Amino acid sequence: MAVVETVDLTKVYNGNVAVDKLNLQIEEGEVFGFLGPNGAGKTTTILMLLGLTEPTSGTARVGGFNCTREPLKVKRIAGYVPEKVGFYDYLTAAYNLDYVAALNGIAKDAASKRIKEALEVVGLGKVANKPVETFSKGMKQRLAIAELLVKTPKVVFLDEPTSGIDPEGVVQVLDLIKKIAREHNMTIVLSSHQLNQVQRVCRRVGIMLKGKMVVQGMIDQLGKQTLGGGRFMVSVKLTEVTPGIVDAVKKIKGVVNVERSGDSLLISCNEDLRPKIAKAIVDSDGLLVNMEIQSFALEDIYMKYFREG
Amino acid sequence: MRGLLTVFKKELQDDFTSWRFIILFLLVLLAGVASVWIAAGNIRGTVTGTSSFAFIALFTTSSEALPFSFLTFIMLFIPIVGIALGFDAINNEKNNGTLSRLVSQPIYRDAVINGKFLAGVVTISVMLVSIILLVTGLGVRMIGVAPTSEEAIRIFFFLITTIIYGAFWLGLGILFSILMRRVATSALASIAIWIFFAFFMSIIAQMIANGMAPAGDTMESQVRNIEIQITASRISPIALFQEAMIVLLIPGWRTMGQILQIQTSADTSFMLANPLSLGQSLLMVWPHLMIIILLTVVLFAISYVKFMREEIRAA
Repeated sequence: MAVVETVDLTKVYNGNVAVDKLNLQIEEGEVFGFLGPNGAGKTTTILMLLGLTEPTSGTARVGGFNCTREPLKVKRIAGYVPEKVGFYDYLTAAYNLDYVAALNGIAKDAASKRIKEALEVVGLGKVANKPVETFSKGMKQRLAIAELLVKTPKVVFLDEPTSGIDPEGVVQVLDLIKKIAREHNMTIVLSSHQLNQVQRVCRRVGIMLKGKMVVQGMIDQLGKQTLGGGRFMVSVKLTEVTPGIVDAVKKIKGVVNVERSGDSLLISCNEDLRPKIAKAIVDSDGLLVNMEIQSFALEDIYMKYFREG
Repeated sequence: MRGLLTVFKKELQDDFTSWRFIILFLLVLLAGVASVWIAAGNIRGTVTGTSSFAFIALFTTSSEALPFSFLTFIMLFIPIVGIALGFDAINNEKNNGTLSRLVSQPIYRDAVINGKFLAGVVTISVMLVSIILLVTGLGVRMIGVAPTSEEAIRIFFFLITTIIYGAFWLGLGILFSILMRRVATSALASIAIWIFFAFFMSIIAQMIANGMAPAGDTMESQVRNIEIQITASRISPIALFQEAMIVLLIPGWRTMGQILQIQTSADTSFMLANPLSLGQSLLMVWPHLMIIILLTVVLFAISYVKFMREEIRAA
């Protein structure tokens, strides 16, 4: 059963259609990438799903509850991290979470235990009693994820969770999102226009353009459909990368590009060349640690629709 | 209910630990102590222990050294206190991005404004109770007369009315914080309303009266002019509060109308210059009190309508 479901959801602002007859279904436990340029209607859709704004027409349901008529029930099972997430700056991280726990009716003892654990998980255990005004943007974003761990909702809406954070912070936040999705079986809706980041955590995506969902589906399937085969991305982790290995991989027929970062290689190719790549690496005395296929470059899919739209 | 209590507790804590509360408290305390100090000096000189209602005269007596009585100070400062506690209640949370997190929690949206309003009212109450107790204690020490039971009851009603008066200005501040996006704008708008009612309303009332019924040579036209002036000035919550509190704190004040005022103050008056009983005083200020409460309710209703259906986006 779909946890998040919209039927012909429409929102009109002063004659401008922000969301146009959106039909969306998100299954339980999945991490859904909600893509689209700025102003495509992603945030408006999320607000309607949370009952924070009323749809002009159509219905939205989260966990089976109607978002317009039963907003409180929806808010009980849904977590929300807005784009510019804010905390009470003058209060400590722990107090901020305490407030959320109290608003959710979590008992005092259980709350303080959960808060402590949550802050440890997101790596803010040491600064739990520091005022939030001393935090960097990345730390605040991690605090928002700690808030989700305290609330433990069934569905989480993350609106541009990585905007304005440094690369290291982005990696931390994305890893945490993956982790909470896996460990707590939360359904996650991640809105973003950072495609490579979405590809790191989501398997299924929907692309929104001018209020309409132009395409949705598994990334690899979308790739096959839209790009007629398209490109595969293979990421390889080695104990050590030598120029010899890079050259050997580049020589394989079908490999388009090889990118090196640290002790990993990111290889784009026209078909699934994993066996050949493995052989090439072993033949050039490389020690293979891990290899996974990242299917298609989401950017290619996105740009195709973006141009058509 | 749970949401309301949680918001209330947090806001109360914020209010009490804020610098603005400490500054306002000290300001009102200073004004209170100074005015009662001067008043006590005056009363000691002119009033003997036998005259009735010597104690509450502390609150309404002013002198040349300090031309404001305690009542005047309260009348002018409590609006500032109310506004200061309310003007950034909602828009500050909007600008900091905390409001969208707050309203996505499982609480009714009105819990947010109700909690903030209640916390503000409690803060104002605590402030007023402690200041009036301090000032009363000082008064007892200085003039050596303790308040009679009737005076104590009159002071109690003064306290209650002042809290409601403060709640009105708090409501005004919160309303502007909902209507206006920027904190500076909502602060300025609330202060503008306060300045208008505190300083310009009497001039405008005069203009209205002169336009409608210019005061001529006859006694009749003069009385009519003044009556219109009083009625017009009652649009202002400050004037309403002042009028009601004078009746309550000066029991000899027998009427709010102009004609009887002239008669009672004249030596030829056919009335005895007896003070009004408590019940009669309360009866006289009852409509004033109701109007201040009504105005507060109206402000709140507008806040509700605007806030409950508003779309809250992270800024």
